[in-house]
Amino acid sequence: MSATEHVIEVRGLENRFGTHVVHENLDLDVHRGEILGVVGGSGSGKSVLLRTIVGLHRPAAGTVRVLDHDLLKLAPDQRSRVERRMGVLFQRGALFSSLTVAENIMLPLMEHAGLSKRDAAEIAALKIALAGLPPDTGIKPPESLSGGMVKRAALARALALDPDVLFLDEPTAGLDPIGAADFDRLIVTLRDALGLTVFLVTHDLDSLHAITDRVAVLARKHVLITADIATVSQADDPWIRDYFLGPRGRAASGAALRSAVHEESHGN
Amino acid sequence: MRGYIERPAGVIRILGDWTLPHYAALAQQVADARPDDTQEETPDLSALGALDTAGARLLYKLLGPQGIETALADLPPERRALLATVVRAQSAGDTPPNEPGYRFGDLFARIGQATLNFRDHAIGLCGLIGLTLETFVRVLLQPRRWRVTSFAAHLEDTALDAVPIVALLTFLVGAVVAFLGATVLTDFGATAFTVDLVAFSFLREFGVLLAAILVAGRSSSAFAAQIGSMRANEEIDAIRVQGLSPIELLVLPRVLALVVALPLLTFIAMMSGFVGGMLVCAFALDISPTAFFATIESDVPVGHFLFGMAKAPIFAFLIALIGCNEGFKASGSAQSVGKHTTSAVVQSIFIVILIDALAALFAMEMGW
Repeated sequence: MSATEHVIEVRGLENRFGTHVVHENLDLDVHRGEILGVVGGSGSGKSVLLRTIVGLHRPAAGTVRVLDHDLLKLAPDQRSRVERRMGVLFQRGALFSSLTVAENIMLPLMEHAGLSKRDAAEIAALKIALAGLPPDTGIKPPESLSGGMVKRAALARALALDPDVLFLDEPTAGLDPIGAADFDRLIVTLRDALGLTVFLVTHDLDSLHAITDRVAVLARKHVLITADIATVSQADDPWIRDYFLGPRGRAASGAALRSAVHEESHGN
Repeated sequence: MRGYIERPAGVIRILGDWTLPHYAALAQQVADARPDDTQEETPDLSALGALDTAGARLLYKLLGPQGIETALADLPPERRALLATVVRAQSAGDTPPNEPGYRFGDLFARIGQATLNFRDHAIGLCGLIGLTLETFVRVLLQPRRWRVTSFAAHLEDTALDAVPIVALLTFLVGAVVAFLGATVLTDFGATAFTVDLVAFSFLREFGVLLAAILVAGRSSSAFAAQIGSMRANEEIDAIRVQGLSPIELLVLPRVLALVVALPLLTFIAMMSGFVGGMLVCAFALDISPTAFFATIESDVPVGHFLFGMAKAPIFAFLIALIGCNEGFKASGSAQSVGKHTTSAVVQSIFIVILIDALAALFAMEMGW
């Protein structure tokens, strides 16, 4: 396996809703083990791209290969096997409201890994702890959780089957800065520990600076540029300049710089 | 290769893949190897294959906190991160507290709880009835606040769209009642009274009852689901904080629309039932449609029609309010909306039949 093996390969993607074209001739590669941030204005089709990659949306043209498979061309059981290697954290958590948090995590473990209820419960408890939730969260129904806890519980469910690829749709949206920073750290820890590839759709500039290895900018119906954040923010494009070098962008990059210096001085 | 454990003297050696697909088998091995002596053995993880969180958990269980510390020191960094993360998570909170099991006394607790819930529910419904009537009187005096568009939209939904199903159903029931009369009354040589049977039953009871039950199934559930999902989406809260009244905006147009719709549907139900009965009379009993309607005209006082129609607005009022009330009681989850929608239908049909029975009893005593 080479260092730049592509876990996700999107070629010539085209998505349209009626006459409204969302994506046109969109190419994107995600390397193994990286955290790729996907940014773009509201309505630029970030979530549609994510849904297309995980196979929830059939593109009008182009190919999407995930883990060397084209999901839409696989037989159902093969497709299910590939899907088990992907974990998705939806924007609003999408926890099953009829099950407790622990049962949400146990469901894929029992359905796919064929574990007994007892084993599944033990692993669910571990995932709940991994996601940084207190142990008694497991027996609670999802509706009793706060926004931040829902995100964590949804992350625990996404991680249930130890996926290779993790898709996060605005994971830090609606979290307080402390919670968001914790969540960022959690993602990095899990990536390092589990060797995950992370596809991160976000508007959170702090997250982008803190955890992404590369950033893909989605605008004008395709990916403008994919590079590390320093390169992207210097790119010669008015939209990108506004995005990264606007007041919020500057504040975030300053904060990232300060915290890096801070860590370094602590390290020594 | 599936993971396994080797235990030469003083050493516990971990080999193979410790991953989720092998979890059950590995867990068994760990359980067998569990006796305390693993604590004294030196762990050796050099031959460890693939490892994931599930496997790491088992290793933690097998080696214990000290054993893992020793093992961690020998591991390459990328392996260490996974194991260390799992160890940290494990020690943060080991096993979840058990769900409370079932105890004998729970039965009584549940009966008590259900009784209290019923009381609260009855009070809540009465509260909503009062609030709706109060809002209605206040809105009535200010034509500017009449929600004509909303009223019309709900009227279309509940009345016009329900006409085909109400007409078809009552037509069939009318035919069935006439068949029944034709069969049973033949024994007494009184087949001519089949007409009266159809006319009395539809004017007094079946017309309004069938229409009300259909409306309860169609509209009460729709109201509960609409308001319930609005609640889930915090729309009700948004209405409140804008200083508007959800009763005025949501409940009143629905209630008024249904109060208008059900009498209309009841009339259609009566007529449709007559047509069903008339056809059976014409084909099975040789009573011509002219004779059919002439008999109704001479035999059936208009009071029966009025008695049937008078019940319609009352049923409509209760059906609409029960639907809205259940909608307001739904909480955020999809399950809760479903539960309250079901409950709305069951309660509406129950209350319709209950009130109809009471009304029949009352009318009998009064000699109406």
